[in-house]
Amino acid sequence: MDSVMNFALATPEMFLLAATCFILLLDVFLGEKCRTIGYIAALGALLTTVFLVVSSYGADKTEAFNGMFVSDNMSVVLKTSVLLIVMGIFVYARPYLIDRKIFKGEFYSLSLFATLGMLIMISANTMLVIYLGLELLSLSLYALVAFRRDDGRGSEAAMKYFVLGAIASGMLLYGMSILYGLSGSIDLKGVASYVASQDIMSNLVLLFGLTFIIVGLGFKFGVAPFHMWVPDVYQGSPTPITMFLGSAPKLAAFAMTMRLLVSGMEFGSMGWQQMLIPLAVLSLVVGNIAAIAQTNIKRMLAYSTISHMGFVLLGILGASEPGYSAAMFYVITYAITALGGFAIIIILSHSGVEAENLDDLRGLNDRHPWYAFMMLLFMFSMAGVPPLVGFYAKLAILQSVVQAGFVWLAVLAVVMSVVGAFYYLRAVKLMYFDKPIQDELLRMGTGFNALLTTNGFLVIALGLFPGFLMALCVEAIRVSL
Amino acid sequence: MAQSMIPLTHFLVIGAILFSVSVAGIFLNRKNMLIILMCIELMLLAVNINFIAFSHFNQDMGGQVFVFFILTVAAAEAAIGLAILVVLFRNRGTINVQELDEMKG
Repeated sequence: MDSVMNFALATPEMFLLAATCFILLLDVFLGEKCRTIGYIAALGALLTTVFLVVSSYGADKTEAFNGMFVSDNMSVVLKTSVLLIVMGIFVYARPYLIDRKIFKGEFYSLSLFATLGMLIMISANTMLVIYLGLELLSLSLYALVAFRRDDGRGSEAAMKYFVLGAIASGMLLYGMSILYGLSGSIDLKGVASYVASQDIMSNLVLLFGLTFIIVGLGFKFGVAPFHMWVPDVYQGSPTPITMFLGSAPKLAAFAMTMRLLVSGMEFGSMGWQQMLIPLAVLSLVVGNIAAIAQTNIKRMLAYSTISHMGFVLLGILGASEPGYSAAMFYVITYAITALGGFAIIIILSHSGVEAENLDDLRGLNDRHPWYAFMMLLFMFSMAGVPPLVGFYAKLAILQSVVQAGFVWLAVLAVVMSVVGAFYYLRAVKLMYFDKPIQDELLRMGTGFNALLTTNGFLVIALGLFPGFLMALCVEAIRVSL
Repeated sequence: MAQSMIPLTHFLVIGAILFSVSVAGIFLNRKNMLIILMCIELMLLAVNINFIAFSHFNQDMGGQVFVFFILTVAAAEAAIGLAILVVLFRNRGTINVQELDEMKG
């Protein structure tokens, strides 16, 4: 075993940590007028980290810090996506923050710490590092949700998120302690070799520990029946934070699931498969049906996220390489699509009032045809209309589910997608066929518009040519396992 | 190895009891938010007992290191939780769990 510390492998994380501390200090010395410098510094730090991450692509799976930290193609692809998505969030968030007078340095330092937590989670190779990355992410997010401290709803959402997130961490830890007790190692490799030597279906203690792990993962993913916090937190947080919550952490949750369930307990797949099936089914049903009843657009997108996470679980529970890569493709493209959807909400809530109700979408086409078209793309992609990326992502998942022999699950997923198409199409109908109820001008900066257009273009381009990203995902999964 | 007079099961049982008490406390408590925060701490401590016991009986230091980190994170978590609680109280004037129902659906 490699006992070298191999610091070089964690260069991106170390750089991001140093840069975040620097930005935190920079903010103290900059006046209210120069906040833009902090914003540019944050974007620069993320971009540099992207380059540092990408430069290690293609190398074999390497471990550092005595096997605590791992770098492989999966971690490179996921980290790059997380970093780019967070950059997008920063650009989208800026007008909203300025408008609400919360354009503060804390937003950037907290978001950067959360990003660092995600990077650590993605590269974690022991249960301890997974837990530490997860907590760095979650603690920053709790604070971010309560970011508007004079907003009653925000603090209520933060409290709910905090309590349920803490319960989830507790459950996960309890499961980890059982796994540790059985295998005698906090290392995922140690756990894997223990699980490989056991018949999981007859080892009740192992199943007991696994249940707690799954419950913890379910909370963090936000899948039914552990989804109670999702709608409230999405609704209560400021929209850029909702955007943050709904995109990048899902990638980290996916990585955590892959590390714990696949790297750690691949031979126990019989066990976790059966536990994931009800979670996936419930998420698909609850997410899609409850979303129909919503009048608040953020709540609607929250339930939509629940159903999409159900799809990701469908990919994972196939316990096969095509399934994992389909799930990875799905979670990355969903994050990109969700980013755009929330950007439109930021545009609508531009001038002081919070755009929350579906009615705010009314007649968007008359007010600004381009924004309406972009929203149309995002909604159609989420509904799974070809040729947009959501369609291909769903197709890949369904293929893997059928291959794994769960035809009934695939049928259910298709039926629920059709149900889900109702509320996405309703949003499109409101934009195109209804009269606007307000007619104030919608105007955003050039950077914002350029990013939104790129985002919409990506949704089309990845849908027409999914081969590149899919090949990356397949390769990442193949090398990493 | 007769390292200790107390068998592993006893530690695990007390860990499980503490864990159940904390979960029950979170879900049954309908009054005070502070009690929920206390229950969360108790939950992490229950996990710590498990880790320490396993670490001792497995003769592996990993579990004890884990406990140090859990304790540190628990302190940070309590700090953030209390900060959110203060903000909540300032905005709402109450920390009653049942009154946290502005958002529904």
